Amino acid sequence: MNRLLSFLFHQGVLDEQFLQLQQLQDETSPNFVSEVVNIYFHESEKLLRNLRALLMERELMDYKKMGIDLNQLMGSSSSIGAKRVTNVCVAFRVATEQNNRVGCFRALEMLEHEYCYLKNKLHELFQIEQQRDLAAGVRYPVQN
Amino acid sequence: MAAAGEIFRSNLTELLEESHSGDNELHVLAVDDSLVDRKVIERLLKISSCKVTVVESARRALQFLGLDGDGENSDIGFDGVKVNLIMTDYSMPGMTGYELLKKIKQESSVFREIPVVIMSSENVLTRIDRCLEEGAEDFLLKPVKLSDVRRLKEFIMRGEVKDGEKNSLKRRRSSDDCSPSPLSTTFSPMRHLCDPPSSVFSPLSPSTLSSKKSRL
Repeated sequence: MNRLLSFLFHQGVLDEQFLQLQQLQDETSPNFVSEVVNIYFHESEKLLRNLRALLMERELMDYKKMGIDLNQLMGSSSSIGAKRVTNVCVAFRVATEQNNRVGCFRALEMLEHEYCYLKNKLHELFQIEQQRDLAAGVRYPVQN
Repeated sequence: MAAAGEIFRSNLTELLEESHSGDNELHVLAVDDSLVDRKVIERLLKISSCKVTVVESARRALQFLGLDGDGENSDIGFDGVKVNLIMTDYSMPGMTGYELLKKIKQESSVFREIPVVIMSSENVLTRIDRCLEEGAEDFLLKPVKLSDVRRLKEFIMRGEVKDGEKNSLKRRRSSDDCSPSPLSTTFSPMRHLCDPPSSVFSPLSPSTLSSKKSRL
């Protein structure tokens, strides 16, 4: 395990589910992890935009709709092992259940922050892996 | 349905012989509205040597099985889809996994016999109980792991072997073939049509209850 990955585990950014994803990657599916993670990024950004829009409502806030979006985000975050993001979703959901507007705002800020951090770190991780694979390719060129 | 039954019976011996050729993959139908989860469960199943069909909703699952009521499911018969296991998410928009489970268990046909497993990220005891009461084979907490899939597969295959052996013993009483190896029996749910009406395959087995207990 490289240093960045163990750092992310240590910080609780990722949990063992991420390792599980790596176990699912092999020669038949060599880019599995990055494929799933990219789908996750795409979906999460949509959900985060929804959540921000819902929170911007001046009048009646649709806490129920927020809860639905949060459940989706929570589910997919836990499926890729994004532990801190998942935890913030849980706290956010509690705030929606309490119709706590301020709490929701705070939670969304934290969620956006954690998500950005996760995205940056995972991009970094994929880059490191790519470099390593390229380097290995140079030393051991593929025979056709 | 009686005519269809005859066709099944005459083709069953062929199927039992065919299954020696080694295509003994479990066919799993997975249902989840989350694209991320669909990708993961598909990979989990493929890496466990299962044939996989993934759909995004309960409606699509019923369509795939031919149970959506729009088509004529009685004509599907032997050429229809053979599914050995259904894994469905609990919380889905429209029809939930729980409602899908109920629908499948209400079928008075071979479909009712297909084991259904519920997946959920919520560890809610009442939810788990409800699902098991409706006949769910198991209740998996998300995120689903390789070990969960492995355990499930073993359980399903053991159940199939037990019933398959009972059938093949009945049918091969005078045959010269040696007793079938565990993997040589068919995994098709079609075998249930040839069983006496009181099917031996019970949805709730000791291992299910203990796996539920171990999760608490």
